[in-house]
Amino acid sequence: MSNISRGRDWDRRGVLRAMGGVAALGGLAACGSNTGRSGGGGGSIKQMYHAYGEQGTQQAAKKFADAYGKAKVTIEWVPGEYESKLATTLLGSGAPDVFEYHPDLQLVRSRQIVPLDDIIADVKDDFLPEDITANSVDGKIYGIRMIDDPQFFFYRKSLFEKAGVKPPATFDELIDAAHKLTSGKVKGLYIGQNLKTISKPLVWSTGPHYLDADHRIAYHTDNLVETLTKARELYKSKSLLLGAPTEVWDPASFLQGLCAIQWCGIWAIPAIQKAFGDDFGIFPFPKSGAKGRQVVYNGGWSTYVSAKAKDVDAAKEFVKWLWIDQKKYQQEWALDYGFHIPARKSIAAGADKLKSGVAAEAVELFNTHGVFDDPYWTEGMFNILLDAVVNSVRDNKSPEAELDSADKKIERALKKLG
Amino acid sequence: MATTTPTPSAAKGPAPRGAAPVRRRPRGLGGSRGRALNFWLFTGPFLIGLIVFVYVPIGWSLWLSLHNAQGTVTPTEFVGLGNYADMLGDGDFVDSLVNFTIFAAIIVPITYALSLTLALLVHRIRFMKAFFRSVFFLPTACSFVVASLVWKMSLFNGLRYGMMNTVLGWFGIDSIAWLASPHPPWYWLVICSARLWLQCGFYMILFLAALQNIPRELYEAAAVDGAKPGWQTFRHITLPQLRATSVAVVLLLLIAAYQAFDEFYNILDEGRATWGRPPLVDLYLQALGANQDYGHASAGALILALLIALVTLVQGRFLGFGRGDEK
Repeated sequence: MSNISRGRDWDRRGVLRAMGGVAALGGLAACGSNTGRSGGGGGSIKQMYHAYGEQGTQQAAKKFADAYGKAKVTIEWVPGEYESKLATTLLGSGAPDVFEYHPDLQLVRSRQIVPLDDIIADVKDDFLPEDITANSVDGKIYGIRMIDDPQFFFYRKSLFEKAGVKPPATFDELIDAAHKLTSGKVKGLYIGQNLKTISKPLVWSTGPHYLDADHRIAYHTDNLVETLTKARELYKSKSLLLGAPTEVWDPASFLQGLCAIQWCGIWAIPAIQKAFGDDFGIFPFPKSGAKGRQVVYNGGWSTYVSAKAKDVDAAKEFVKWLWIDQKKYQQEWALDYGFHIPARKSIAAGADKLKSGVAAEAVELFNTHGVFDDPYWTEGMFNILLDAVVNSVRDNKSPEAELDSADKKIERALKKLG
Repeated sequence: MATTTPTPSAAKGPAPRGAAPVRRRPRGLGGSRGRALNFWLFTGPFLIGLIVFVYVPIGWSLWLSLHNAQGTVTPTEFVGLGNYADMLGDGDFVDSLVNFTIFAAIIVPITYALSLTLALLVHRIRFMKAFFRSVFFLPTACSFVVASLVWKMSLFNGLRYGMMNTVLGWFGIDSIAWLASPHPPWYWLVICSARLWLQCGFYMILFLAALQNIPRELYEAAAVDGAKPGWQTFRHITLPQLRATSVAVVLLLLIAAYQAFDEFYNILDEGRATWGRPPLVDLYLQALGANQDYGHASAGALILALLIALVTLVQGRFLGFGRGDEK
């Protein structure tokens, strides 16, 4: 008996010890991969894109990857909430080596991306200074702009004529136009349901950017409070298209004739042109209040190299090859599927498709009213202010109180990031 | 090893007296040692899974909750209980706990009543019993995400061609943007109806099994004693007999309500709507959104886990869950 029970004890201890070992190994493995730059590159690079809506883009991305001779490049094409998926993936062992994103201080402070000054140095002047600034933190350039995507309102000219409305230049005129254009089955205006996209120009149209030059809160003005109050009235009126199946990045609602005006971007021009011919125009987000300004949001995408890339230098070399050396591919990416403004001045200068019609107007708006992202304004801060906007506009809460509450959280985040 | 002793194990029960010890060595995996091995062989993979996927993450989460862990899961800056204080002082997280309470207060009694009613109906029906049982159970097999999308994009689509709006249109009522704003709170109708459709069938099966276990004699005895069929019998025989199942169902429903995520996340704009955020959606946005704040989110997750444990204990105390059958 005693022998047997000793044997059983030994067994149990042994198994537990073994299991402990496995668990510890698991933990170590996780830690290892988390800090891990170790290990050779193995000649493979993982590149991550959000799912572009235009047909042919995924195949093009794959074609570029396959054409790279020095390493095997695999493409990960991510549909849905790209920002969240990327943020999570970046922490694990399956993190991409190269990925596209927006400039974000958080990535720099968490040491998730590496500076790319060395590969961009020679051609720095071929990029718009604003695109360089938008990707710079503490004097170092972290991202290479791939495309510029100005966003603005699209409107149906025929519906405007019928209702006797002109493209609005102020926020009040926009609200008025939305009311006048609403008739029967057509709503006047579509600004999206979750307000994620429209919140940027809405805030900027009141005058300031999110932060001032010293990275302090600048958005909180009486004008913004007043604008949010007006936006709430607009939201409550029956003039907004609500409950549409897709958000404003997709021109479907406009194409289906569900609304007379819709916020969208330059990429949608070919599809809208195909559906409506010349019966559409564009205008910037109108200015709000005396100190306001007309706004076109210069969105777009930049490419970054992960600090955890298996071989950082190889990843940088690939980025240089694709987004700096291969001008033909850059041109194809910007112009052959949807419309985007090429980030390189030398390519943009030869972009004939953007030299006539509405596309030319879009480029003009980009140059005159364009507002770029601020890398010191992180995605986290954006979400805090977006909550305040949503609470004020959709949930009827006091804009002043909401902004005060957002200020506190954003100040905390700013302090944390230094 | 000493375990090769020829003495048969006493635990093996009475050995044939006087019989020669023919098979001394435990064959294969027999014998006490073998049984121990069997035990570990069968429970081992599960235990390893439990440790790696449950206990290590809980421990890790505890560690993260005490650190400033933004953008990293291997933080170095210790902040003590700061994250806990922030979360409890954070209106959004506390709001989400309140949201849960509202949600639970609505969904638990309704699901309970509806699944019990369904079970009673299916139990009493004389024909096509299997058919109705399957029909009501079938939605349980549907994914919450799929159901949420159907509810959002088809049934409660805010446009005029959404199904509910089409029906309203027949009566000359204007289209309603069900999910555009929390005033009036139509979103509860969308979310609760989706969840009821998804989960009632499962709890109906639990009740049905319990109903079938109630001895017929009790009803016969009650009838002899003059109890009227219907409400009186239900109140004094059926309901008390369902006590154990009822307690389990309420407990499961409460936990399921705490864990609500899929339909809230998918129906309410991927968590962008600021209302109707249950705790898990709030924590998801803290940790896995662009925020990457694993410190605060872990603190919130542990507060939530404690709360669930507390509610379960309190409920067990009042309703007697786990005390066995009560006479």
